[in-house]
Amino acid sequence: MNTMNMRDEPLVYELSRTGRRGCALPKSDVPEYVLPEDLVREELDLPELDELTVVRHFTRLSQKNFSIDTEFYPLGSCTMKYNPKVNEVAASNPGWKNLHPLVGEEHAQGALELMWRLQEGLREIGGFAAASLQPAAGAHGELSGVLMIRAALRARGDDGRRKMLIPDSAHGTNPASCTMAGFVTQTIPSGPDGNIDMTALRSALDESVAGIMITNPNTLGLFEKNIEEICRLVHEAGGYVYGDGANMNALAGIFRPGRSGIDVMHFNLHKTFSTPHGGGGPGAGMVAANESLAPYLPGPVVVKDGEAYRLAMPPKSIGRVKAFHGNFGILVRAYVYLLMMGADGLRRVAENAVLNANYLKSLVEAVYPVPYKRHCMHEFVAKGTVAEGVHTLDIAKRLIDYGFHPPTIYFPLIVQEALMIEPTETESKETLDLYAEALRKIAAEAASQPELLHEAPHNAPVARLDEVMAARCPVLCYRG
Amino acid sequence: MPFIPNTDEERAEMLKAIGVSSVQELFSDIPERLRIGSLDLPEGVSEVEALEAVESLAERNVQTKKMDWFLGAGAYYGYIPAVVPALASRGEFLTAYTPYQPEVSQGTLQAIFEYQSMMAKLLGMAVVNASHYDGATALAEAVLMAWKAKEDRKRILLPVDLHPEYAQVIETYCASFDIEFVEYRGAPEAASFDDRTAAIVVAYPDFCGEVYPIEKAAERAHEAGALCIVQADPLMCALMKSPGEQGADIVTAEGQWLGNPLNFGGPYLGIMGTTEALVRRMPGRIVGETKDKIGRRGFVLTLSTREQHIRREKAVSNICSNQGLSMLQTCIYLATLGKQGLKEVAKQSYDKAHYAAELLGKIPGYRVRSSRFFREFLVETPKPAAQLVEILTKRGIMPGLALSRYYSDRDHELLVCVTEMNTRAQIERLAAALKEASK
Repeated sequence: MNTMNMRDEPLVYELSRTGRRGCALPKSDVPEYVLPEDLVREELDLPELDELTVVRHFTRLSQKNFSIDTEFYPLGSCTMKYNPKVNEVAASNPGWKNLHPLVGEEHAQGALELMWRLQEGLREIGGFAAASLQPAAGAHGELSGVLMIRAALRARGDDGRRKMLIPDSAHGTNPASCTMAGFVTQTIPSGPDGNIDMTALRSALDESVAGIMITNPNTLGLFEKNIEEICRLVHEAGGYVYGDGANMNALAGIFRPGRSGIDVMHFNLHKTFSTPHGGGGPGAGMVAANESLAPYLPGPVVVKDGEAYRLAMPPKSIGRVKAFHGNFGILVRAYVYLLMMGADGLRRVAENAVLNANYLKSLVEAVYPVPYKRHCMHEFVAKGTVAEGVHTLDIAKRLIDYGFHPPTIYFPLIVQEALMIEPTETESKETLDLYAEALRKIAAEAASQPELLHEAPHNAPVARLDEVMAARCPVLCYRG
Repeated sequence: MPFIPNTDEERAEMLKAIGVSSVQELFSDIPERLRIGSLDLPEGVSEVEALEAVESLAERNVQTKKMDWFLGAGAYYGYIPAVVPALASRGEFLTAYTPYQPEVSQGTLQAIFEYQSMMAKLLGMAVVNASHYDGATALAEAVLMAWKAKEDRKRILLPVDLHPEYAQVIETYCASFDIEFVEYRGAPEAASFDDRTAAIVVAYPDFCGEVYPIEKAAERAHEAGALCIVQADPLMCALMKSPGEQGADIVTAEGQWLGNPLNFGGPYLGIMGTTEALVRRMPGRIVGETKDKIGRRGFVLTLSTREQHIRREKAVSNICSNQGLSMLQTCIYLATLGKQGLKEVAKQSYDKAHYAAELLGKIPGYRVRSSRFFREFLVETPKPAAQLVEILTKRGIMPGLALSRYYSDRDHELLVCVTEMNTRAQIERLAAALKEASK
């Protein structure tokens, strides 16, 4: 069972006592200057804490989290795999931490070389012509990619094409990114095999189509078997194909999306390349493209010029998508991982991720129905329909009592009562066995003692929270 | 392999349980011709070798710490107390996901709520979200938010002296929409507001360091039915009136210098705050306080109907992963420095910058152009500023940003930044070196 900190922890404002200090600066050695009178700030309502209080407070808060370092965390489509400690050591080097983004290129050759090597490595893995490390997250990569498609359409005088096709299993970021690029979306249903319905796709392909966004493997954990045919049809209709690389952990070293007809794609370095999720970021969402869209990549990108490395804007770039040079600290971590894995290591990562997912599926599918009878890739989707009156949410919360983080739930939207489970390659067989056992026990409890599930979690710092009240009468800031 | 626990024996057992004879069989959905033999990448190396490779690259960069450092321009060298990385790097924070399961994410959720609270008070706003990718993307999203809030108005007023990279990001983000940008120079209240204006962006301070009060501009914007967006320096807000108390509707900021290292430009912290009236239009995650069934206080992600995972194409933004850990660093930084500490960092920066400006202004051939500034100011130089940067760098001094990096016609202008990290001796060395280099 878990060892979470169950004590109530006050807010920093409640711990504050007037006059306390948590950090002292050296004494100023210059004269004081007067502030502009009309702009002087009267009061500043920040807490006052001593250092030990700060340390205990945030340590106790940390103990109220589940994390990969403490629990199995099989969130589907999130690739919660082990984040190697060596990544953190490498990223905290003073040569990076104290490197200002606006120094001349000659003063940042080490950083630029690292970026170039990572950019080229990822380009090779994806089978693309060029890559940009600018985007800060997966959704940021998506936005970059659909803006590139928009720019390419405009350049060929085809700006009237505004329809982007989105499979019904897609992440919510896909349609949201399209809206931010001025596209309208049309949903394409999945067929009985969990892949894109080809008839529906064909009938959606008209002269208004800008492209399609495809996640492969899709969020059901299934490979799009018709990927080449889909790309061919969309290209014939005059559109581009965007690849959502969220699930690349299943494929690196085995399949190169750029060679299957995908025109532009993002990679989540915080998924496939082991950089930590940080409780919601920072991530990195490198975007790569084939010859037709490479000129539109966001910039700057790093180019090798003889022995030197420099920053350059691709010729028809959509421009900057953030200030400076991407989430560089995350790039360092991903580069260390790439170095340690190499070609063979990446293939073994994919193989074991897929093996673990299929193994776990085989252990639970007799109890939790799996709607698509195929081998899965890195994740699978099951249904929480184990007993009358019990829902997936109840199963998820009960898993917490067993010391496991719940899987992704109620997604993808096309499977009712969905439990989306991605174990990753870094988990051992015994962890998977324990998780399956917990899921089976919970199914038995659902039939015999459903209240145990309805009331779960019992062993967490708080019970289920009133989310309706939180949204109806929002308290978004301390009101002391 | 250290990160893959499965042994050959276990793999065999697992394959048997699945009912296949090889791992390759699991990949049978991928057409044979699309499967590759091997990647053109070097073989994997050990931890020792990987670290050595990265360390040797890290050594080939200049470091703020090893020079007299006066370069800022949107990324600032400040002191980060030891507790900040020590606490933020705890695995329970570092390796958690976005707090979608609140019962086992109270640590992250409460930290976000505390950050929202402290940042909202610092900026003078009713609400602050859980972060954006950086200051530039926060501002770009604020522009889109204002444009959407003011249907049928398409004009956005932008200061000429907005950080050039921020202006470029706004251009990228807005490229798909019918938005018209009109530049203004100098005091924001003098910009030309009309009934087509959706919003004005005020830089507080602007890229060249100049501080303009916001109050009158906010009044004029509101009279014209437009919104007032302020791109602020959050540290300056510890000393000078907050954007909120001067009437801002949306505030965005870069939070790097509140506890995050320079890191060659990222990860940084995009900050956004707004008023109660606009909160349901604001992008990004927001944490709210609530109770569990026995009345204990707890925190949840809230107002999610704005977001992509619920609303898909109708969401106010596509943002999903944000800068959680950078936000946490800033949260711990603010809690540690506290009320007095933050004021002191700001005041020392202010005093040191004004001392530097006084010395530089006395050197023949140099003229300080900024009239009211916080800790960064513009200096006209007798020689091209890029040349001065080159000369001084060789002597261990990074004197600032030559504006010619961004503006080809502004080659005799140097943007000098002084933070709490600079000493009087460093400032005096800078003045002496600039004097000598001008000869």
